[in-house]
Amino acid sequence: MRKRYGAGDTAVDALKDVNMTVAPGEVVGLIGPSGSGKTTLLKCLGAVIEPTAGRMTLGDEVIYDDGWKIDDLKALRRDRIGFVFQAPYLIPFLDVTDNVALLPMLAGRPNAEARRRALALLEALDVGHRARAQPSELSGGEQQRVSIARALANQPPVILADEPTAPLDSERALAVMRILNRMARQYNTAVIIVTHDEKIIPIFKRIYHIRDGVTHEEAGEGREIGD
Amino acid sequence: MINLAGRDILHSWGKFVFTGVGLGLLIGATLTMAGVYRGMVDDAKVLLSNSGADIWVVQQDTLGPYAEPSSLRDDVYRAIRGMPGVARAANVTYLTMQVKQGGENASASDVRVMVVGFEPGQPGEPGYLVAGRRITRSHYEAVADVRTGFKLGERIRIRRQDYTVVGLTRRMVSSGGDPMVFISLKDAQEAQFLKDNDAIVNERARTAANPGLNRPGVPGLLEAIQASQTTSRSVNAVLVQAQAGLSPEAVAEPIRRWKHLQAYTRAQMEEILVAKLIATSARQIGMFLAILAVVSAAIVAFIIYTMTLGKIREIAVLKLIGTRSSTIAGMILQQALGLGFIGFVVGKISAALWAPFFPKYVLLEPGDALRGFIAVMIICTLASTLAIRAALKVDPATAIGG
Ligand SMILES: Nc1ncnc2c1ncn2[C@@H]1O[C@H](COP(=O)(O)OP(=O)(O)OP(=O)(O)O)[C@@H](O)[C@H]1O
Ligand SMILES: [Mg+2]
Repeated sequence: MRKRYGAGDTAVDALKDVNMTVAPGEVVGLIGPSGSGKTTLLKCLGAVIEPTAGRMTLGDEVIYDDGWKIDDLKALRRDRIGFVFQAPYLIPFLDVTDNVALLPMLAGRPNAEARRRALALLEALDVGHRARAQPSELSGGEQQRVSIARALANQPPVILADEPTAPLDSERALAVMRILNRMARQYNTAVIIVTHDEKIIPIFKRIYHIRDGVTHEEAGEGREIGD
Repeated sequence: MINLAGRDILHSWGKFVFTGVGLGLLIGATLTMAGVYRGMVDDAKVLLSNSGADIWVVQQDTLGPYAEPSSLRDDVYRAIRGMPGVARAANVTYLTMQVKQGGENASASDVRVMVVGFEPGQPGEPGYLVAGRRITRSHYEAVADVRTGFKLGERIRIRRQDYTVVGLTRRMVSSGGDPMVFISLKDAQEAQFLKDNDAIVNERARTAANPGLNRPGVPGLLEAIQASQTTSRSVNAVLVQAQAGLSPEAVAEPIRRWKHLQAYTRAQMEEILVAKLIATSARQIGMFLAILAVVSAAIVAFIIYTMTLGKIREIAVLKLIGTRSSTIAGMILQQALGLGFIGFVVGKISAALWAPFFPKYVLLEPGDALRGFIAVMIICTLASTLAIRAALKVDPATAIGG
């Protein structure tokens, strides 16, 4: 895949030669220096911005082939891609449950079913006891776990996370990684995590390094962090 | 699906309610302005209804007696009584003036009133009395509208005479909104056309100095002339009731033709009062309404816009996770309409609360409220477009950041 921002003299080739494959249930790291194109790649993968050229498939389906092959990118993002950000970015006017239940609701699920699913996810992420709280009443780590629950709410095949542990201390960062690992296995989700975070890099079994818009695949340490 | 707009409103209800109340006071002012206009029209209609007349006969080429001055000789009514189709005809006088409360030795506050001179039992007499009795003596008794603030038994001073308030009426105001005071026609003619003492003395002297009028050979001539000069023989209008079953126009037409007088029917009178007399006020109020509408629109637009800008990140997240643009636009629109609704309710209540304290009659018509509600909703819809456009321009990529 390639991505060029702008045109003419000011054009920036953010992604020059990107090649990556992630299997269902696998968690891979995407690391590289600042400005190397990590976020750009994540935005392309998440169908938030359009790549300039290349090919992208999800399962058997071609998503992009020198142009979008899917009409409804919003539905794609809603149903098949989960996003986790550096900050949790919860919706402040919805309580914890509805922040998670919003996605299945947007996908057309009945409210009761959406909330049931949200509660199950919140339980699985150890924030079930805060289900009726407002986002502003949660600690940073709790908020991040709620945002992971939101990313999982429609059981997407892919989760894209941009520096999800950056604001957390190492204890909490490891906890988030543990959760993402477990969820990947449990729901058979492919997880791509952009990170700078030295604490969590040893955890990945497989890592894509990106430098000047070019990816290089490497084996990671794959250190166990338990469940 | 949950209602995002409703949740947001509940979450930041304080801001919402305060803004809504502010907007509501503005809407209340708007509704009141409309009510002031309706009150003026209604006052005019009540004025016409309560006069008990079908036809107003006034001086030729005038729009009298309310919109322009009109003066008739006070014996004209006899000739009119003789016209075909006329059931009753009576003299009336109208004079707007300051009346002193508390009679001669008053500490007294002035009240601006319209003094009406009428003949008891004839058209032009005050209608239903809320207190007291009708005028029974031929002099120095008055019936006043309650809006004058006069009490039963109170003494008021009209020109050089003291009157006793013996009865009170309601909703009897002039087209200018001044409450009415009814006195007998004779008193009113005197009050209206009476010259002050100096002028009388002066005029007597001049008459006496005129050798043509002061003839030693004709005793009593000077006195007769002087007496005729000081008595008043004018009224402002003759109120006519047509015989049952006759169209007022059919009765008015011969009066116009044969008597060299102007005769207006009820419909024509209404036209004069509403289309001519209060037309300028109506345009003034229309201008106010337009400005208030623009100000309300600007406030709603500004509030909704800033509230939306404050949610840019949430909107980016919503878009990123696949929320449809229509859902986001709907959320903002509903908030604008919600604000408008709160504003309208507050406005309606406040207008109803403060309307009675207005010096002039304020008539809040349900139809105006409905039109106001629709206007508020349209204004809010238009005002929200600015915010909706800003929200739709938000790039979902900003939720991911750098
Ligand atoms: N919207 C944009 N328009 C133009 N150039 C952009 C845009 N977004 C990113 N770039 C450029 O593309 C390159 C890659 O940016 P990107 O945000 O992907 O880097 P990154 O690897 O995420 O960096 P960091 O670790 O600092 O977040 C950079 O040179 C950046 O300046
Ligand atoms: Mg980045």
